[in-house]
Amino acid sequence: MFSKVLIANRGEIALRVIRACREMGIASVAIFSEVDRSALHVTQADEAYLVGPAAARESYLNIAKVLEVAQRCGAEAIHPGYGFLSENAQFARACAQAGIKFIGPPPSAMELMGSKTRARSAMLAAGVPMVPGSARGLSLAEAEEMAASVGFPVMIKAAAGGGGKGMRLVKAPAEMKSSFETAQSEALRSFNDGEIYVEKFIENPRHIEIQVLGDEHGNVVYLGERECSVQRRHQKVIEEAPSAVVDEDMRRRMGAVAVQAAQSAGYTNAGTIEFLVDAKSNFYFLEMNTRLQVEHPVTELVTGLDLVHLQLRIASGEKLPFRQEDIALRGHAIECRVYAEDPENNFFPSPGKITKLLRPSGPGVREDSGVYEGWTVPLDYDPMLAKLIVYAGDRATAIARMQRALDEYFIGGIKTNLPLFRRILQHPDFVAARIDTGFLDRLLATKADVSKETEAVAQIAAVSAALFAATASQKNNQNGGSATEINKQAEASSWQRTARAEGVRSK
Amino acid sequence: MIYEVTIAEKTYRVELIRTAERWNCKLDGREWPVDVVSIQNDVLSLLLDGKSYEIKQETVGAEANVVVGHERFGVSVRDPRSFRSRKRAGASEQGVKKITAPMPGKVVRILAGVGAQVEAGQSVIVIEAMKMQNELKAPKSGIVKKLNVAEGAAVESGQSLAEVE
Repeated sequence: MFSKVLIANRGEIALRVIRACREMGIASVAIFSEVDRSALHVTQADEAYLVGPAAARESYLNIAKVLEVAQRCGAEAIHPGYGFLSENAQFARACAQAGIKFIGPPPSAMELMGSKTRARSAMLAAGVPMVPGSARGLSLAEAEEMAASVGFPVMIKAAAGGGGKGMRLVKAPAEMKSSFETAQSEALRSFNDGEIYVEKFIENPRHIEIQVLGDEHGNVVYLGERECSVQRRHQKVIEEAPSAVVDEDMRRRMGAVAVQAAQSAGYTNAGTIEFLVDAKSNFYFLEMNTRLQVEHPVTELVTGLDLVHLQLRIASGEKLPFRQEDIALRGHAIECRVYAEDPENNFFPSPGKITKLLRPSGPGVREDSGVYEGWTVPLDYDPMLAKLIVYAGDRATAIARMQRALDEYFIGGIKTNLPLFRRILQHPDFVAARIDTGFLDRLLATKADVSKETEAVAQIAAVSAALFAATASQKNNQNGGSATEINKQAEASSWQRTARAEGVRSK
Repeated sequence: MIYEVTIAEKTYRVELIRTAERWNCKLDGREWPVDVVSIQNDVLSLLLDGKSYEIKQETVGAEANVVVGHERFGVSVRDPRSFRSRKRAGASEQGVKKITAPMPGKVVRILAGVGAQVEAGQSVIVIEAMKMQNELKAPKSGIVKKLNVAEGAAVESGQSLAEVE
């Protein structure tokens, strides 16, 4: 096993890996940009080194600098987390050249799966079911031709894409040109690669993915599925395991295809095969993510396995400590991705200072977070703050538990999407597991219910606002501390003098 | 102490008197029997007729909020004895309306130039922030009268980017 591992990431996933390292007696090394000096991953790691300015390109994506730090501090391996350099084959190769183990698949498998067009051809050859479309990058004219032949609507996608970037739905030929160009410019900006391809659009599909794990001795297993259909702009919002529509037989078939796909790519370590599932439970290969996924905790909870521990063991050359038949799913897990964004204002990012943080806890609750009270969320990176994950014996209990946990959760000072989760979790379609990738957009198109109690609760809010102002002013009078915003509003008036006078009177 | 608290355009008059151990409270002239403890910064515990409420306060930008359970209320607190605190009126629908940057970012595209006719809700400027592109929309129908930024410009939160008349 390694004695020191560098984590080339930030936020909750860096924390997740640091925790695994500590549990396994491995020293952890964090890297950070100039705006992340006070970030949690820096304070929690055993060592931490500055790698550059705020712009990710010059810090977290700076291959030469990251490797220089790794060599200087004597790290034997690098865990890339997700995002940043995690699916960068060039980085994986550079690690190998520097004599540092990249914790992930071999660069050849990353390259194959990283190019959606090459992955398509390879998966087709391996007999994996595919959505009709192009197997290579297209020009605008070719894209228009392909769209006409498979029939509208179509999806145009960046070959190097991921996370919804460089992806557009095109409903009619007239929209093709502008969507193609937008997708291409976004792809160039995000991935430095403008290759675009076209696929038939499957209407109202579910997004279900299979977790695979392969060691470096030829063994590959699947760890069941994750249901990730609750999405907005192709970004997952809620994930769960298992999926309510996948039975034993379907799981076995999807698992077998996923293992075959991984093996044909020479895949090792943790990976995920994403499928689109249509209304008749046909499943089609979507793409393979050659890294640990954001939503890996739901799989951990239902399998009882620790995927990061396993990643480290596999990377250090160990064999998988179990076989396929040893893996059983138990219970139900749900994850909510908590973002600094305003669901009431078009999900606009909302960085800023977290003035208050009350965290959920209790039975079956796990919070993988990268933030703390008093920390300022920088605006330079992805706005995900934390993942709230719950586990219970069945789906209904897990939903109730998540609602309870959300009630305990409070993040003050910035806008977050926490209120959105409550709406989703109590929606009859979600409760009945009638979800597809269009579910959230349909929900967002309707107005939120206004609770009947609002007037009574508004009175409580009004009295509380006055009480906050009054208690803060007392404190302020006693020790000259700084006033809160609510109190400052009141202080704009002359009440403070009056308050002092009254304070004197009551004594 | 007397406060006027406005929530959703409704104003409540809250009278607070501090006795030795507790607050006595009147809401709109009625006795309001509440047991309140400050449990940590920005968090109060209220017992009202035996019902327990955990109340949080926060400010986000220029908004002050009070959170009761999972309901968030925008609040404005003032002292009625003050002459100063009575402006805070909403901007009028008439005349020139500004499009402002809701957060720091970069202008990636301008979709409607000076002189263009736009409908309310039509996208005028695309800004990129935290790796996401966001379309800023016209607040009213009219003509784009002024553009204060060019493509590629870095903008600050609250900065006026364009005017529609």
